[in-house]
Amino acid sequence: MIKLFSLKQQKAEEEKAAAEGKTKASAGQIRMQKDLSELTLGKGVELEFHMGADNLMEFKVHVMPDDGMYKGGRFTFDFKVSPSYPHEPPKVLCETTVYHPNIDMEGHVCLNILREDWKPVLTINSVIYGLTFLMLEPNADDPLNKEAATMLEQNRKQFEQIVRRTLRGGQMKVGAQTYSFASLVRD
Amino acid sequence: MDEGQRFQDVNRLLVRTGPLANNGNYGSIFPEHVPFEPSADILPFLRTAAQILVVGAGGLGCELLKDLALLGFGQIEVIDMDTIDVSNLNRQFLFRSKDVGRSKSQVAAEFVMRRVQGVKVTAHFCKIQDMDASFYRKFQIIVLGLDSIEARRWINSMVCSLVTYEAGPDGALTPDLSSVIPMIDGGTEGLKGHARVIFPRVSACFECTLDLFPPQVAVPLCTIAETPRNAAHCVLYAHLIQRDRDFPDSPRPDNDDPEYQQWVYLKAAERAAAFGISGVTLTQTQGVMKNIIPAIASTNAIISAMCAAEAFKIVTNCSAYLNNNAMYMGGEGLYTPTFCYERNPTCVACSTARVELAVSPGETLHALIERMVDDARLRFKAPSIRAEGGLRGDTLYMRGPLEAATRANLELPMRELVRDGASLIVTDPALPVNTTVIVRFSS
Repeated sequence: MIKLFSLKQQKAEEEKAAAEGKTKASAGQIRMQKDLSELTLGKGVELEFHMGADNLMEFKVHVMPDDGMYKGGRFTFDFKVSPSYPHEPPKVLCETTVYHPNIDMEGHVCLNILREDWKPVLTINSVIYGLTFLMLEPNADDPLNKEAATMLEQNRKQFEQIVRRTLRGGQMKVGAQTYSFASLVRD
Repeated sequence: MDEGQRFQDVNRLLVRTGPLANNGNYGSIFPEHVPFEPSADILPFLRTAAQILVVGAGGLGCELLKDLALLGFGQIEVIDMDTIDVSNLNRQFLFRSKDVGRSKSQVAAEFVMRRVQGVKVTAHFCKIQDMDASFYRKFQIIVLGLDSIEARRWINSMVCSLVTYEAGPDGALTPDLSSVIPMIDGGTEGLKGHARVIFPRVSACFECTLDLFPPQVAVPLCTIAETPRNAAHCVLYAHLIQRDRDFPDSPRPDNDDPEYQQWVYLKAAERAAAFGISGVTLTQTQGVMKNIIPAIASTNAIISAMCAAEAFKIVTNCSAYLNNNAMYMGGEGLYTPTFCYERNPTCVACSTARVELAVSPGETLHALIERMVDDARLRFKAPSIRAEGGLRGDTLYMRGPLEAATRANLELPMRELVRDGASLIVTDPALPVNTTVIVRFSS
């Protein structure tokens, strides 16, 4: 290597100052550029870049189910993608208060690919599919809101009625606390 | 001790050849064989000319600085953003209790210069991301003593981006070997560790093998919420779920905040008692919250010694070097296999094409994109473009949900979007990896 090193020193002296910015794109950002430009958003999903088009790592996903018991609602999920993406999954929090067995009242989401089943081959597209599916098919097997899960399991009809009621807005007691629900549908 | 005496033994390796000296891997890493030529000039080169960068002045960094200084490296720089914590003192032996709170890199540099006369250690008390390409380019070799994947990926993509290409007689682009900065990565976890040699864009880089890292172990949120089975589940419940529930409007406190740690510990202990689980202690709580892996001084010493020896061999060329990865499995007897990582042809850090493009400053982004799509070398179909350091922001034009927000840029002349020499990062659904297009303004 010594010869190469001496050669390098020579070159460095000859080299003119390059017009390099301090901002090098991280591998995580480049991957997000690819993920986002190749998104195939289905009907009922919107993306909002609330930090501006320059920040690809923070955005909101609005899910508007066209079927199921959450039909007509508009549910906002906050995405924060770390520079370690895709080694680490994006962090997703549901900002809309919702009565859902897999989403707790603070907005934590229990979706397997957001934690234990995340793989770097998955994309933002996969996560959005997962969230859309969760709003179409809530499941009682992975409860984060245990009260909702138990009701869904024991009396689906009653659960559906409560969900429809919360979507029209108002207040409801869940566990020990009372929560306000935004008015999302009028029916 | 005078310098000649101190490095007498090291110098024996450099002024004489040996039966193994030329049985190296040089041929497998570089296309042409580079034989070892013993010479009295090598030690002075090591003392005064070869600049080496140590990234991290923690458990591995302290060992590395000591090893490298005693091996004869005379011009060392060290970079670390951390300050000394009292819990570092058991293994980070360049620090004393009076140093707690001071910069790791500065204290380590002072200590080594005091102890080994004639060595110059320059400390940088900042993040690796605060330094730019002109800083990293000046080193002959870089040794990493890091503890995170994130920092490794960053420095890896930095050294990959420093490689320039030259066109051979047949027009094929090959990396200019004088721009390749060898990087040695060390890492430890308890009784396990690895040492790895990376020649950016020549051999497998860190990003090439990112998929081989074991997935981060995560417990399903619902298990934490409903069916805790061990002490860690109880800590995670208090930390991830109960805090947000009890203090919905306050920002999340720092994981290092002792008051918050105490709160998590108490709540976790309550939950553990309710579920009949034992083992929640304050130390265990801190371990789970901060994902602490026990550090073992002897593992750090072994891995650092491997890395320092590789740095010495690569710079002096005196012996065959590691090709290109050694695993140290001290937790399962003493098993240390070595093997060669292969390059990943779709690696986003080192397999990306770099193309220079002459651009007229008045050409619109739209015209440039059309020209890129027509350029047979590039094979683009529907490119999305970001710049590194754009004049009006980095995102120039994106397909997908950002198309509407970036469409207006299409009609702008390039001189309003980027500087001469800027790098454009182009992704395209037709290509598995991104392409870097260097803009050269023509007058």
